Parts: sequence; C-alpha cells; structure tokens
Amino acid sequence: MRKIFPVLTVVAAIFAFWYAAVPFMNVKETLTGLERAGAVVVPDNPIERRDASSFGLVLNNSFAIPATYAQERPRLPAPHQVAQDLWKTTVMKKVTSKRSLVYHGWITLSATLLGFAIGTGAGIILAVGIVHSRAMDMSVMPWAIASQTIPILAIAPMIIVVLNSIGIQGLVPKAIISAYLSFFPVVVGMVKGLRAPDAMQMDLLKTYNASDNQGFWKLRLPASMPYLFASLKIGVAAALVGAIVAELPAGGARGLGGRMLTGSYYGQMVQIWSALVFAAVLAASLVLLIGLAQRRALKRMGLT
Amino acid sequence: MTLVILAFVIWVAMWALNTRLANGPRANSRPIQLLVPAIFGLTILVVWELLVHGLNVPLVILPAPSHVVATFFNEIPTLWLDFQQTFIKGALSGYVIGCGAAFATAILVDRYDFLKRGLLPVGNFVAALPIVGTAPILVMWFGFDWQSKAAVVVVMVFFPMLVNTVAGLQETTSMQRDLMRTYGAGYWPSLTKLRLPAAMPFIFNGLKISTTLALIGAIVAEFFGSPTMGMGFRISTSVGQLALDMVWAEIVVAALAGSAFYGVVAMTEKTVTFWHPSQRK
Repeated sequence: MRKIFPVLTVVAAIFAFWYAAVPFMNVKETLTGLERAGAVVVPDNPIERRDASSFGLVLNNSFAIPATYAQERPRLPAPHQVAQDLWKTTVMKKVTSKRSLVYHGWITLSATLLGFAIGTGAGIILAVGIVHSRAMDMSVMPWAIASQTIPILAIAPMIIVVLNSIGIQGLVPKAIISAYLSFFPVVVGMVKGLRAPDAMQMDLLKTYNASDNQGFWKLRLPASMPYLFASLKIGVAAALVGAIVAELPAGGARGLGGRMLTGSYYGQMVQIWSALVFAAVLAASLVLLIGLAQRRALKRMGLT
Repeated sequence: MTLVILAFVIWVAMWALNTRLANGPRANSRPIQLLVPAIFGLTILVVWELLVHGLNVPLVILPAPSHVVATFFNEIPTLWLDFQQTFIKGALSGYVIGCGAAFATAILVDRYDFLKRGLLPVGNFVAALPIVGTAPILVMWFGFDWQSKAAVVVVMVFFPMLVNTVAGLQETTSMQRDLMRTYGAGYWPSLTKLRLPAAMPFIFNGLKISTTLALIGAIVAEFFGSPTMGMGFRISTSVGQLALDMVWAEIVVAALAGSAFYGVVAMTEKTVTFWHPSQRK
C-alpha cells in the first residue's frame, strides 16, 4: 500500500489534469458546432472567437463545458472517449476486421517480434565475434558505439521503398528496421556482459585447463546473462518503435503506425490516441515479459 | 566483374592488415587504436563503391558513396536549410526546454519523498513507451512548423532525463550528507555544493541519451507534416521521388549532426566531471 498509494495519486493527478484540459482544448470547435445548432454563444462572431483565448471562452460559455467532452472529432479527447474507442475497436470488433486494433496490433507485433529475433541473434553473434577476435573488436566496436548517436530511424522510409523496388514487401522490410534498431543495444550490452568475468575467474578456469570453448560456455555466457536481459529490454522497446515508424511510409494504413497516420490525415484524434494507448500497452507488456524471463532465468542461475 | 574481384581482394587485404595491427606489439597505442577503425570504415566505403559500379546497382537501390558525396556538396544550400529547420529550430530548442523542465522537475521530485515514490515508477514506465507515437497528436496541436517538432522532442527527452537526474541526486552517501550537516549547510547549499556535483555523471548520461532522442523525434515528427523543408520532410519526399542520393546526403547530415551534438555534450561532461573515475586518466 505504501508503494502503490503515491503512484495512484500521481496517475490520478494526470487524469485530473487531462480532464481539466479538455474544455480549453476543445472549446472553439464545440462553440462553432453549438452555434450552428442554434445556441447563443459569446462572442457570436467566429473571427473574434478565433482570436479569443480559450480560457475566456470557457468562462463566458460555461454551458458548453459538457459538450466539450462529447465531441465527435475533439482536439483532445477525454480519457473516457479513448477508453470507449479502445473497447469498441478491441473487444467489440472481430479480430480479423480491418477496424480492429487487435488486427493492426498483431501486424505491428509480428514485425516487431521477427525483427527483434533477427536483431538479437545477429547482435549476440557479432558480440561473440568481437569478444573472440581482437581485430574485430578494434575495427567494429568504435563504429557500433558511434552509430548509437546517429538517428537510425531516419532511414526507415528508404529501406521500405528500396526493398519494395526489389520486390520485398509486407512483414520483412518492417522487421529489418526493427532488427536494425534492436541490434546495437544488444551488441553493446552483450560485449560488456561477455567481458564481465574478471581476471581471477578467467585464471581459475585456466588452472582447470579449460579450453577457450569451455570458458565461453561455462563462464562468459552465463556471466553475460544479466547484461543481455538489460539490453533485451531496451531492444524490444526500440524494435516496437521501429516497426511503428516503418509503417508510416508503407502507406498501406495497416498496423499501429498506419492507424496513427490515417488518424492524422483525417483529423481522427480519438483513433490516434487509442492506437497510442494500444502501442503503449504492447510495449509495456513486452518489457514486462522480458523482465519476468529475466527474473526466472537469473534466479535459476543463482545470480539474484 | 573485375571490380567485384578487386573489392573482394581489398576486403581480404584490409582485414589481414587490421588483424596484424590489432595483434601487433603496439596494438594498445593511441594511433593504432584510431587507425584500425578508420581502415575498417574506409574499406567498407571502397568495397561499397566498387560493388555498386561492378554490379551496376541502379541508383534507386543504392547510390555509390562518391555519388552521395557529390550530391552532398551540390546541395549544401538545401541541406543547410533543412539542418536549420530540423536541428536548430526543432531538435535543439526542444532539447533545451525538455531537459531544463526535466531538471527542474527532478529537483522538485527529489525534495518530496512522496513525489519520488509516485512519479518515478510512472516515469520509468513512460520512458519505455513508444513516445514517437505522440508525434501526430502534437503536430495537430502545434501546427506544421518547428514548434510541433520541438514539442515532440520535449516529450521524448523529458522522462529519460528526469529518471537519470533523480537517480543522480540520490548518489551521495549518508556520510557525505552528514558532513554537510555538521558544516551547518541547509538544503540549498548542500544541493549546490554536494548533491548536484555528485549527480553530474548521471545528469550527463541523461543529456547524452537525449541528444539522439532529440534528433530522432524532430525527424520522425516531420513525417507527419512539415513545412516544405526539414530533414524528415526531405527524406520522405526524396524517397518518393526515388532520389536516393539526396536521402543518403540527408542521412550524412543527420549522422554528422548527431555525432557532433553527442560529442559536444561528451566534451562538456569531460570538463565538468573531471573528478569522476571514468574520466580520470
């Protein structure tokens, strides 16, 4: 309880702020709509209203406040509107329907998972290579670190279009971008992890006459697990972001990124918000799952 | 075909050279440690160039490095405009506002234990979310110009910076705090003289993470709508025109800006936290 209460307070404060902000964000559009419906609004001149502050408009037209929470196309949807839309698009729709968020979420999730698997696998292999070969370490590692300062996400549209022009479409291009984004955190973390055993432990294995191979499987790899899991958490979040951004230029309006883009084209804020919440839940559960796996694996290895 | 074979030969030769250098007697000296990655990078560029010419790769798939460099120098006025729009107006202003706000919030959070226990879990949660997704919303609220890009950057850098700063402010030991108390130092003197300096490595960690996030946020936000300039705008429209040399030139700009930005922050860190073990020689 001592732990939960402050968190709940903060979350409640965020929601309270959100609800309080809704009238101010939506008042102009609401007043225009109400005036068309025949209500008397102050000031009644649309041009004056456009230049007036939202604060004053809300004060002068307090009767319109309830209506700001029920707009068809709000600038800021109220939390319950987002929740309703989420309920409508996840539970009430068939999962195969094109209007179901589960359908779009699965498109994004499958690209994320495939890309994450590729990126993690390649990252671990490169990390093993780096730890074993000094030449590789000195040649590749500085570039791997430097590449983290580069906004890799910017090349997502190019990869999509280039792969499209050589005939690869659908899942794979998105997965490649996800893989690319989750690749570097895994490399850097895994190299750190494989180097984690100290000289004393390495010497002990040497006194046992262990080969390099045995040293890798029995000491380096187990010792790297905490580092691997830490970077997997970063990697999976990055992979999801990659898949979402990769869906922007794809143009097919499929996936969570596609939902956000069509929402922004047609001014459907509620749709963007529910896609965003769905993506957030997806990211949180992926990170949580890896956290669970981490706890179980490390416990079994006796590392925690 | 000869070019492809030449590329292969160069690759093997350079790799052999690097292996020799890396396993050589002077492998730990500074020049060699700079030389080896430089050779590797150069090899990749040369092999790329040769393969593109040798295999006649069309421009719409992969332009040769020389082609990209030529485009880069021909298009400097456009690239400079895009750079100003995206980096200086969008990313940099958002970075300053976001990190500043996060820093101020962190001081406040650190002061009140209740806030710390409430806001930190929420902050950690939010830091893992795909915040780029707020870009369409913010673009709709703040318009197509740089203000909306700065807003996306603010949202993106806020939580990593907040979490890092709060962690840094907890870095002092009770012994150190007690010492300050025996000096009769109140909250503010012990904050400015002890806890903020001790937090600097963490704060700079947050600042460094935020440099990349800022650039990503500013570029991706432009995919959702922008004036007719900016790096993200140029990338998405050039991709549409299949002008991949321009896209690559824009990526070069992004890479240069990103590394320079990171470098400046890292250099500042070096002068500010010269006392920290990781910075001492």
